[in-house]
Amino acid sequence: MFIELEKRKEPSKAMLYLTPVLAVVATMVAGAIIFTLIGHDGLGAVRKIFLDPLLDTYKWQDLGVKAAPLILIGVGLAIGFKANVWNIGAEGQYVMGGLAGTGVALATWGMTGWWILPLMCIAGVAGGAAYAGIPAFLKTRFNVNEILSSLMLTYVAIQVLYYLMRGPWKDPDGFNFPQTRLFTDDQILPTVLTNTVVHLGVPLAFVVAIAAWFVMTRSVFGFQIRVVGAAPAAARYGGFNSKKTIWAALLAGGGLAGFAGILEAAGPFGQMVPQFPTGYGFTAIIVAFLGRLHPIGIVLAGIILAVTYVGGELAQSSIGLPGAATGVFQAMMLFFLLATDVLVKYRIKLASPAKAGDVA
Amino acid sequence: MSDSVQHRIELKGITKAFPGVLANDAVSFKVKPGEIHALLGENGAGKSTLVKMIYGIMQPDAGEIIWDDEPVMVANPKAARKMGVGMVFQHFSLFEAMTVLENIALGMDGSYSQASLEEKIREVLHAYDLKLEPHRIVSTLSVGERQRIEIVRALLLEPRLLIMDEPTSVLTPQEVGQLFETLRKLSKTGCSILYISHKLHEIRDLCEAATILRGGKVVGECDPREETPKSMAEMMIGGNLKQISKAKTREFGADRFVADGLTVPGEGDFGVALDDICFKVRAGEIFGIAGVAGNGQNELLLALSGEQPSSNANAILLDGQPIAAMDAVGRRNLGLCAVPEERNGHGAVVDFSLTDNAILTARERMGMASSGILKGGVATAYTSKVIDDFAVKTTGPGSLAGSLSGGNLQKFIMGREILQDPEVLIVSQPTWGVDAGAAAAIHQALVDLAENGSAIVVISQDLDELLAISDRMAVINEGRMSKTLNVGEASIDEIGLLMGGVHGDPFATAEMTEAVHVH
Repeated sequence: MFIELEKRKEPSKAMLYLTPVLAVVATMVAGAIIFTLIGHDGLGAVRKIFLDPLLDTYKWQDLGVKAAPLILIGVGLAIGFKANVWNIGAEGQYVMGGLAGTGVALATWGMTGWWILPLMCIAGVAGGAAYAGIPAFLKTRFNVNEILSSLMLTYVAIQVLYYLMRGPWKDPDGFNFPQTRLFTDDQILPTVLTNTVVHLGVPLAFVVAIAAWFVMTRSVFGFQIRVVGAAPAAARYGGFNSKKTIWAALLAGGGLAGFAGILEAAGPFGQMVPQFPTGYGFTAIIVAFLGRLHPIGIVLAGIILAVTYVGGELAQSSIGLPGAATGVFQAMMLFFLLATDVLVKYRIKLASPAKAGDVA
Repeated sequence: MSDSVQHRIELKGITKAFPGVLANDAVSFKVKPGEIHALLGENGAGKSTLVKMIYGIMQPDAGEIIWDDEPVMVANPKAARKMGVGMVFQHFSLFEAMTVLENIALGMDGSYSQASLEEKIREVLHAYDLKLEPHRIVSTLSVGERQRIEIVRALLLEPRLLIMDEPTSVLTPQEVGQLFETLRKLSKTGCSILYISHKLHEIRDLCEAATILRGGKVVGECDPREETPKSMAEMMIGGNLKQISKAKTREFGADRFVADGLTVPGEGDFGVALDDICFKVRAGEIFGIAGVAGNGQNELLLALSGEQPSSNANAILLDGQPIAAMDAVGRRNLGLCAVPEERNGHGAVVDFSLTDNAILTARERMGMASSGILKGGVATAYTSKVIDDFAVKTTGPGSLAGSLSGGNLQKFIMGREILQDPEVLIVSQPTWGVDAGAAAAIHQALVDLAENGSAIVVISQDLDELLAISDRMAVINEGRMSKTLNVGEASIDEIGLLMGGVHGDPFATAEMTEAVHVH
């Protein structure tokens, strides 16, 4: 038997929705096998990572808190990816957004007022967008590949964070620990559900996803993003400026990553610390693709990836799975998604060897 | 092998299916030694698939290929060449930065020394009276010369069957004449020629037999010398050919669209610069721009449509208003619509629905957007109107542009622009790769639009098309525009010379210039 790939006449809608599910299932199967082979309880690991966070209602609040930044960043990245702008540096923009908001928090320290938190958020969005503006400038002015520039700038952002934590922004009353002061009550996101850790950023992430859906499908701006990504020559023919689109795509991605950054700083962290970059900016790339670059799909994908984070911690504490296991599962998911993607445009055909021989 | 064989090649019941289409359905025909045999059919009739199987690029699902009276299996192109089949493709595969000799050496199956190969090439050039300099760099050659490289490459293998796929679409009329002489000489040596084309005049001049395909099936055979182009066209489309109705006495208004000293620098090493382009189109007039491919037509379309704005605003005037500095949206709002040559990815986005493709260019003029928000209902209604008015075969406004056949997509694109009721319409290659029925509909739509007072510019490599629909025309050659000719008075020879005559052979061009001027 030979397996042949035969091109479909039209891309399959069913496969478009089915392949992310297939990828998650394949990840579970492969994960169980791999972890069994290296001497762990493979089935148990998969159950801990993928099922326990969903079955345990007490863990749902953690899912929401983890999913929020993934959704925000994923939605922003998807806008860029749709326009064929490959912003890989959301992690750096997330850090810069967090730092910009923290700067406002430190400058307003000791003050009170409802306006402080919105100002911090605006600074966060602006910081992330400005940082994404660097690859946008380099790309439009000198044709520098944004994949490299945005990725490398991530490491610069992390060094800036370390410098600020150990130097100018170090808490004067903090026993020389490299971290900022704790934010005050007016600088911390309120929780929206009493007795939980669910902060205001969680519902905001869902609102942003729905707004992005509307913008991408119903507005001229969304149309522009889609057409520049799908066919640059047609976009120019339709009167869309590709440079402006590159700027818009990077600023949108950077702005939302920066927003996620300040929401994390003003939410779960409540201050800025050197451990702030947790890889959300990179995981959000998986979220964007697993969600098919569609804002609503990204909400679901964000929750699935949040499950792996929460479940990874559970597996670590209960069955002693290494912490890196979470990363392995997340990477497998992207890998299987890219592999199964071929089914959207092709169908698998089994050919008998006899016939193949005839033709040759 | 001697030519005692009855048939050089015979196809018996060749069938080939692709997902959703039966490209060839039990096709059978025979070609005698030394015969020039035409394979006729509209786009999508299955001609290319058929010759790809003869040349071993793909294999038939069923049926037999019989070569010199023996059944054969053609596994790949190398096997085909070994058997004695040569092929000249419509699109050349040449390295622009290398010499003619190097390009030919790369395509040879065996290994030769540079000197012996050059000697062989010169022998072939001499035997067939072809003009080509083996040491020229390919990027400096005209399309006609490039085609000669491919022909020489095929002739070096001493083929006994030469397949030519649409060879004349890129040639001037003079170059076509030269090519035919070469092919006739070749056929006298006993080499059969399988000639694919939809240009019926040429087939009448050249071929002694023809097989007509429609929808993958053989629908007829004929001796082209005893047919008229009209009778063959009707066999091809299986119906009556509609004539374009064009009022004999047409009134033209004032100058609507004027290019006055339009100059654009060439892009990259192989781009063509536009040099001081000047022409005027009156209201109600169709202005044709002829020329061999690659002489600046693409650059001209981009400059006229606004995709490539110019710094000199006065280089293009629309009703007296300078517009050359505006982008495509600005010009469209003033009533200038355009259709580029390439449909896929330029004129339309294949992965988008037809409605989205309508939004692409009609959103401003047809009110599909207000304050940045798209109006889906308006866009769908306009798309449905285009589909109805231009008889686009599709399942509806929601279907993907890529799911339409080339001709249907072209009808949709033309309809999308024409129904915007433009003051000026610029179209490039309006019927390229479009079947005869759709082409007639597109031509009629252009004529009707002109009769309503629009100024239309048609850039085309198809001279017959320009002579049929335009009122005046000019020729573009190496980025320069010729003087304007009145279509009724221009002779084909004169136009051919303006197109560059016989490229790479100044002597032949000079000789022909004299001949024309004697008339």
